[in-house]
Amino acid sequence: MRDTHLHKHLPSAPGIGYKPQHFADISHDPNPVQWLEIHAENYMGAGGRPLAQLRHLAEIMPISVHGVGLSIGGDGPLDRDHLDRLARLCRWLNPASFSEHLAWSTHEGAFLNDLLPLPYTNATLMRVADHIDQVQETLARPMLLENPSSYLGFAESTWSEPDFLRELARRTGCGMLLDVNNVFVSAVNLDMDARAYIDAFPLDQVGEIHLGGHDEDTDDFGAPLLIDSHGREVADPVWALLDHTLHRTGPRPVLIEWDTDVPDWPILRAEAQRARTALDRLPAAVPA
Amino acid sequence: MSARQDSFRAALFNTGTAPPDGLTDGHGQPAGRRFAVYRNTVASSLITALKTSFPATAKTVGTGAFRQIAGTYMRQHPPTSPMMMYYGDSFPAFLRELPAVAHLRYLPDLAMLEQARREAYHAQDAPPADLAALASLSPDRLATARPGLAPALRLVRSDWPVHGIWAFNMTQAAPKPPHCAQNVLITRPAFDPEMTVIDDAMVAFVQSLAMGRTLQDATDHATAHAPSFDLGTALGPLLAGRAICHINAGDH
Repeated sequence: MRDTHLHKHLPSAPGIGYKPQHFADISHDPNPVQWLEIHAENYMGAGGRPLAQLRHLAEIMPISVHGVGLSIGGDGPLDRDHLDRLARLCRWLNPASFSEHLAWSTHEGAFLNDLLPLPYTNATLMRVADHIDQVQETLARPMLLENPSSYLGFAESTWSEPDFLRELARRTGCGMLLDVNNVFVSAVNLDMDARAYIDAFPLDQVGEIHLGGHDEDTDDFGAPLLIDSHGREVADPVWALLDHTLHRTGPRPVLIEWDTDVPDWPILRAEAQRARTALDRLPAAVPA
Repeated sequence: MSARQDSFRAALFNTGTAPPDGLTDGHGQPAGRRFAVYRNTVASSLITALKTSFPATAKTVGTGAFRQIAGTYMRQHPPTSPMMMYYGDSFPAFLRELPAVAHLRYLPDLAMLEQARREAYHAQDAPPADLAALASLSPDRLATARPGLAPALRLVRSDWPVHGIWAFNMTQAAPKPPHCAQNVLITRPAFDPEMTVIDDAMVAFVQSLAMGRTLQDATDHATAHAPSFDLGTALGPLLAGRAICHINAGDH
């Protein structure tokens, strides 16, 4: 594709999760959004509007391809056909970044369309590392791995999530996609300290940051239970956690995700502007 | 780990069963209804995917009934790939066998029409053939030419006014559906599927072309259905829909 070789990295600037209803707005004036993220699986059709829109957008700004269906945390082998589809998409688009989740979604041939949790054990560590190796070999590029939002834990886990992710990065050379909202959601749900989680995270590997909105519920015992819904504005404590994170990482690409009850463009743009402000007020001393 | 994902998956789809053992809430208690977050997300995301692909079908049966029908379908037929734009290929056939909607006899065909529209929307791009080349062919060569149809073209045959029912549900100020069978030709002139109601002769004509027959063969086949069949009229919606993407000229 024309010009996309210029976009070898995502800029340390605000991006948004692309929704087709915003195509005209973005084509007309994307400011302050400087890059877009797409869900890979929505662009695996043979042709038509989705691919035509993506072709146009890739000519005006860097694109991040974010997979939501590879099931890297699955106990079975990766779906070879799906991995090949991802490879085809990445060859065609030459995106600035490719990322996927520490989660599973396919089991014995059935795709469950959700990011399901896995226990953190030596056995799962080896399996996930093998899967990441296979992805990076097939796509011929490094990938970023995203931390999940959790609603429950596993009695058999022997690794903390940040340590598990750090070890995966060390073994495979993959980078990290740090979802700050997921950290906040998991911390409330599992009674952890969100800032301690961030401080324990392999921050030097972070190639991208995600922000999204969550819903509030309660569990059987009346304890708060946050749901990672991506259906509203980013919550204030999550913005504060972003500041805490950026002061340690320096400027990074920051994505606003809004996937359900998608708002009009001005509302998304205001969220992106808030991310712009968070990046702009970093002291110059913070390493880039 | 395999047993872990086996039990997790089984519990996701069996709403009556307890969550798997060994799940905790981070406060030293069993996970309880926290597991339901995953159960709800899986169900609602798959039901939403079906509702997005079959909006007229969903509107016809109503929101609550559609959730039940789609919930049953997704438990019996979970997706086999992560491409949600293709999920539900077997939904029309599932509706055909579902006693709960047996009284809505047109419903499976309505779903079939929506399935065909979705296939057309995501089909491979193909630039239309050069019309000047078609017009310049001698009558003999025109008769033996084999037009190639666009990948987005679809035909839906129905014993019900399936186009009328779709339009009544999906477009403003559409008239009530007529009392007649309707066949629908779907083309994709740009990015949005276009629908044309066609008669049996036109169905025979398009089916012949889809099988690689010559224009003469296709015309003969169509004329057998309706002696008044007119080739020029028949080509109209195909050309307007940019549905002829190459012309293998005859050998004369």
